[in-house]
Amino acid sequence: MKPPRFRYFPARDIDEAVQLLAAQGEGARVLAGGQSLMPLMNMRLARPSALIDLNEIGALAYVRPWDGGLALGAMTRDADLEQAALAAARLPLLVEAARHVGHPAIRNRSTIGGSIAHADPAAELPAVILALDAELEARGASGSRVLAARDFFQGPFQTGLEPGEILTEVRIPGLPPRSGSAFLEFARREGDYALVGVAAVVALDEDGTIASARLGLCSVSQTPARPIAAESLLAGKRPDSDAWNAAAEAVMVSLHDLPSDIHGSADYRRHLAGVMTRRALALAAGRAERNS
Amino acid sequence: MEDEFIPVRISVNGVTHRLFLEARRSLLDVLRDDMGLTGTNAGCEHGSCGACTVLLDGKSVRACLLLAVQANNHEVMTVEGLARGGEMHPLQQAFWEKQGLQCGFCTPGFLMTAYELLQHNPDPSEEDIRSALSGNTCRCTGYQHIVEAIRSAAQATRQPAGATAPAGTRTQ
Repeated sequence: MKPPRFRYFPARDIDEAVQLLAAQGEGARVLAGGQSLMPLMNMRLARPSALIDLNEIGALAYVRPWDGGLALGAMTRDADLEQAALAAARLPLLVEAARHVGHPAIRNRSTIGGSIAHADPAAELPAVILALDAELEARGASGSRVLAARDFFQGPFQTGLEPGEILTEVRIPGLPPRSGSAFLEFARREGDYALVGVAAVVALDEDGTIASARLGLCSVSQTPARPIAAESLLAGKRPDSDAWNAAAEAVMVSLHDLPSDIHGSADYRRHLAGVMTRRALALAAGRAERNS
Repeated sequence: MEDEFIPVRISVNGVTHRLFLEARRSLLDVLRDDMGLTGTNAGCEHGSCGACTVLLDGKSVRACLLLAVQANNHEVMTVEGLARGGEMHPLQQAFWEKQGLQCGFCTPGFLMTAYELLQHNPDPSEEDIRSALSGNTCRCTGYQHIVEAIRSAAQATRQPAGATAPAGTRTQ
């Protein structure tokens, strides 16, 4: 349980980090909170030749207002997101989901950028930012570019980041009026990876019908899932159990590559995905009614 | 690749240590093997069990998932930093009185996790305590006595016997 040798570079700012990453070449990895990369290195499943450490770059840790929503620095730690009053006011879904990431001592180190760039399909935040239509800014040797969350997650642990690029910021638009959100997950123990996690955002029209609904699921596929078919059949419906049942059915039908392991069969996870979708939508809609 | 030694300065329980370290060494191993602070235990060494929990700048972290070079110019507190002048910390006292340990291997991690909890939540509910402890594994006690010990320590800290100091004034 000791990592092999590597070279270590604590970057002072993002420009230096990008330069170091380019200079160290293919075997180099970026070290954010280290709560996934370090276990992989300790077990020698990852063997980077060099680590570019972002932890001393204080300028990458922030929660700021942006376009009615939020801009989050990639090195914002989950524990700080949990405590951020601005996040609770504008996008409480983020705070609700952050509480499910690992345990308190994990969240004191784990970062939102690290979780998104690692792209574990069982992780909470990728599913949440997918549901929230986030955009991601990455910095590389040739400058910055913006990627849509919808295009970012390409496979298990595979993202749209090019070699040499570092995720720097996550930008999430604000919610429409009369919106509510909810994040629910089912895990065998608190802090474990979820067997299924569901993020739901429901916006109501003035007449109380559903204006739009968005969903993001974790632990159900090779990537975080955005079940568009389930979302679109909710628009214009009354927010009631018929609607939630129909959406849950559509989610269950949409899942084609559910994991199956000692913790739960694919069929069990499909059932859970339906149940959790129904509950998350009902909770989100109830909150939307209170915000109306 | 040749060994490369990096100069670091780490404050542990108020004592500054200056060392030359290989980057790959965990804070856990450096605490135990270089500083002789063997209270922090090596359990799973991949972040699952919580036995190696220490405080970094006042916040609980897994010492097995932190490179010691990352603690350069930071402050670490270990279980050895809890007692004062031969007198046990109220948490240690409570674990002893309530039988919050059996074999004791996980205990340093539980103590540091509970210490952080009581720093910002001096009157935790049972649910708060169980949630805070979710990342620490104990294979002996069944957790019941650990939870009782922490509730008891919280009470003792809020109402120190024969003392008038306001609750929560004890800091590292």
